[in-house]
Order: sequence, then C-alpha cells, then structure tokens
Amino acid sequence: MRGVGEHYRIIHANRLSRIGFWIIVGFLTVAVFAPWIAPHGPWEMLFVDGRIASLRPPSWAFPVGTTHLGYDLFSQLVLATRTTVIIGGVSGLISILIGANIGLIAGYYGGKIDEILMRFTDILYGMPFLPFIIVLIALFGRKLEYVILAIVLIIWRTSARVIRAQTISIRQRQFITAAKARGCSDLRIIYRHILPNVLPLLLLYASFNIAWSIITEASASFLGFGDGETISWGGMLYELWLSGKTRVAWWWFAAPSICIVLLVTSLVFVSRAYEEVANPRLRKR
Amino acid sequence: MTTKAVLEVRDLNVRYNTSAGPIHAVSEVSFDVFGDEVFGIAGESGCGKSTLIRALLRLLSPNGICESAVISFKGHDLRTMPDREFRKDILWREISLVPQSAMNSLNPVYRVGAQIVEAIRAHRRCTRATARERVAELFDVVGLQADLMDSYPHEFSGGMRQRAMIAMALALDPALIIMDEPTTGLDVLVQERILRRIRKIRDAIASSIILITHDIAVIAEMCDRIAVMYGGRFMEQARSLDLFESPHHPYTLGLKNAFPSIHAVGAELISIPGFPPGLIGPQTSCPFEPRCPFRIERCATETPQPVTITEQHEIRCFRSAEAESLRELAKSKATWHCSN
Repeated sequence: MRGVGEHYRIIHANRLSRIGFWIIVGFLTVAVFAPWIAPHGPWEMLFVDGRIASLRPPSWAFPVGTTHLGYDLFSQLVLATRTTVIIGGVSGLISILIGANIGLIAGYYGGKIDEILMRFTDILYGMPFLPFIIVLIALFGRKLEYVILAIVLIIWRTSARVIRAQTISIRQRQFITAAKARGCSDLRIIYRHILPNVLPLLLLYASFNIAWSIITEASASFLGFGDGETISWGGMLYELWLSGKTRVAWWWFAAPSICIVLLVTSLVFVSRAYEEVANPRLRKR
Repeated sequence: MTTKAVLEVRDLNVRYNTSAGPIHAVSEVSFDVFGDEVFGIAGESGCGKSTLIRALLRLLSPNGICESAVISFKGHDLRTMPDREFRKDILWREISLVPQSAMNSLNPVYRVGAQIVEAIRAHRRCTRATARERVAELFDVVGLQADLMDSYPHEFSGGMRQRAMIAMALALDPALIIMDEPTTGLDVLVQERILRRIRKIRDAIASSIILITHDIAVIAEMCDRIAVMYGGRFMEQARSLDLFESPHHPYTLGLKNAFPSIHAVGAELISIPGFPPGLIGPQTSCPFEPRCPFRIERCATETPQPVTITEQHEIRCFRSAEAESLRELAKSKATWHCSN
C-alpha cells in the first residue's frame, strides 16, 4: 500500500501536476474559508455615493467588478467556489465509489453478473448527459442534491467500464489463484488483493469524475437548471446571460470561466500524474 | 512411513465444457497419499497434472466439472464439504499449495512478510507479532534472512520468491503440501538449490507432499512413490524404486529412454515420436495408443483398466504380462522410430 508520502511524490514528480496540485489546494482553502473571505453576500446590492454600483469594471473597491444589479463578483466567485468544491467532491467521490464497486464485481465474477451489470452500464451510455439532468431537475426541482444525484447517476459508467477491464486482467494473474488456494473469500480477494492493484487507475478516474462533475454542474447551471438558492460559477454565467450584458461586462464572464477552466485543468494535470503510474508507457525516459 | 492414507482419491474425473465439446482433462484417477511421504506425479505438459490438483483444491474454472467416487482427506469427505468450511478449515490449514510459477504468486503491492502474516491470521487466531515471529522462523527454514520479510516481491529474485512461497505453504503445518512444478521457470542452479531445500524440509517436517513435475529426474530423487500421467490418466503407479528398476508401461519405458542416465554416459537419447492426445470428445481407447510402438488392435477400441503387478504397482496396459520382453524392445531406437 502506498502512504501519503508516496502520493505526494507521485504528484510532485511532474511540474504540471505540481502546479495543478497547488491550484487545487488554493481553491480548497478558499472553499473552506469562503464566508470569511467574501466581503459581501452573493446577492447583496452595493451602493457607491448613494447610487447602485452597477457594472463596475475591476478596481480596488471591486477586485473582479460588479454585476448590473450591483452584486460584488469577487464575493460571488469566492462563495461559488464552495458550491463547486462540494459538488465536485461529493459527486466525484460517490460516482467513483459506485463505478469501482460495479467494475470490481463485474470483472471479478464475470459470467451472468458481469453481463447484467455491464448491459446496465451500456444503457446509461445511451443516456444523453444534459437532457437527462434537465429532465431530472424539471421533475424534482432545482436543488443541489438533485444536481449531484443526476451527475452521479450518469458519470460512474466510464469508471465502471475501465475498472472492470483492469480487474479482469488482474483476476487472471497467478497471485489471485494463490490467494484462493489460501482460502481467501471472494470479498477479501476483491478488496484486499485486486483493489490495491487498480488503485492508480481508480484515483485517475476519481479526478476525471470530479472534473466532469464540475463541468456538468456549470453547464446545467448555465442553462438554468442549477440550484437557484446557491451561487455557483455556472449560475453566475446564467445570470450574465439573463442580464443581456454579455458584450459589455467582459469581467463578468471572464471571472467564472477562468475559475472553471483553472480548476478543471488542474484536476486533469493531477490525474495525468496518476495516469503515468497506471500506464508506465507515458513516463518520460 | 505410516500406512494410513492422508488423502484417498478414487475414480476422479474432470472435464471442461468448451464450445468444441467436452475435454476430458482427467479420467479415472485413483491414488492414496500416505502420511509423511512424497507422492510424485509426472507427465508432460497438458497431461492433466495441474487440473488434477486444481480439482482437489476446488480451484477449477467455472467450466471445469469434477466428478469422483471418493475424495477423502483424514476422514473428511471433501466432495460434500460446504465451500465455506472447506475454505476455512481445509485450505492452507490442512492442504497448502506451492503454485506453478510461484514467482508470480505474490501480490506485488504488499510486503512479502505481510502476505504470509495474512495467510496465517486468516486461519489461526493470533496477534500480528506472533504471526511475524512465525514468519521469521519460516524464513529461516527456507533459507531466507528474517529481515527480508519487509521487502516487496519485486525486490526478491525468482529463487527467493519461490522460497517465500514454500515458507507460506509451510506456515500452518499442513498435513499435505501440494507443490505444482516448484522449480519451473528457475535456472538450473537455483532449481538445484530449491530442491535441496525441499528435501531438507521433507526430512524435517511431518507433512505429506504431492510433488508435480514434468522433470523425471526431480521425481526420481525426491519421491517415495510415483504416478506417471498421460492423457489425463495414471498410466503407471509404483514405488520410485520399482518404477525405475522395472518400469512396465510402454509410456514409462519411452520416458526413461528420453532422459540421460549416468550409468550409460554417451548413450543416445530416444524420444517418443508424436504428440500428446487432444482429449476432446469421448475417450474410448488407450490415450497412448497412437504413439505406442507395442499397440495391439484392442488398444484402439477399449480403455485398459488398472492391472496390479506387485503390491503398490499398477499399470494401465493390455500387455502388462509381456513387460519383460517389451522392456528389451524399448531399448532400441528402431522400435520407436521405424514401426510407425
């Protein structure tokens, strides 16, 4: 088993993943301390000299500018980070949990179990991503839980497939037969002998899943299917779209877009470091 | 040697159902393993040796079906024992395995010692520290330094991994240790060292050993009794000495020819022409019939049943009575290579 130190080493072996790692740490810090960092509420109308501070470009008073209704974009950005981190973390984690277990069980047992689980996965592959979320939100309402649920239900499919493929290859290795001969139960073999061997791949897909959840949440929110009560980066873009000020307020769309791109790219960079562990052919010689 | 059988197998058959039809990998195999003895099973690749032990340990792939009249281990009926009980009380505790290509039998992500500790603690209630002490003891028995137990498998050489696997098999003092080609994949020097180690262990412990190999030289010096397997059947079964002094089955005669002897240095080795049988579909002849220089008409239509020659010496051949003369004929190369 790899310790924490080893993960640190994997990430730090590569410059891009090192940068990505620290950017993620930065966002996490902001997410944790968001209410203390943000100078204003997300939907708090601000006034300068008795007039609404509408559509102010970035300045000392408003580092990222303001919206047409005088909301401070910096505060919105900071508070939205928390939403994004929660959505990414929770749906990324749950989806990899489901995907890994289904992949491990299907791959290890094979036969009918594999057939049933994988055909079910195939059905999910037939589901178009955004329409699925839109329908689900339309049915249940615009709440954060349902956005997460919708993302999780769709996103685990790829990790299940990949983990299954890897499990099948590991299942046939000699040390699994040896473990069986030692009287290990199926569960013990799956979780103690196979799981650690698919771990690099699992972590790779965990970070992919987190990145995808963030993008998906942003897309859904942008289309107006996010949680209306909670500020999110996608939701900020949605409000921009509704305001019709897209051509005027460049800072309004630049700020959340840059945050989305930065966080997702960082996740991909970190996952690349794990990809090199999972697939040594990518390593530089 | 005690006379009580530790393992008693009667009429064991294994077939694999495949899309090409059933493959009869093991047919009508019967044998006993007595306490404190080494029972050797020799045969070429694909003759069913590994399938036989996989069947005994319930490690057959799902399309493999095992049927037998008796599998009795120390009085337990292994055919009817529930899987769970078999796994907990029999596997490793009573019957352990040194798998084929033991070099790849260690999980690469765990330390070697930890894997043996896991094996011990899965079957016996003890603390981690006690288990580790036991591992140190075992490492000493197989000739590894105790402080190596915190290494990962990739830090071990092939021979060391092999010895670690033997240590693991010894861990719970099982009544029976099955070694499936314990020296395959190792170079000759390491092979010799491992065999010497196994011999030492054999003398030191009370376990019985089933040794499976395609190397007849290994079997000759290690085993008390030997079964020669061909086409899924035991063709000849005898005490080692009897088998080498007076082999009866044409296949055994052929095998003996194919191995160099130190008594006849420089003598030409004679191979057995042809290939092992495919074993698909019903088996209605002697499996060795197509390659046998002494075949008679009956061999093609009927499977020979075991014939007892002397005590503990059985062969499956219709011409068992003519063994003396066949043995003389088998010494000539012409017998094997021209008659076909």
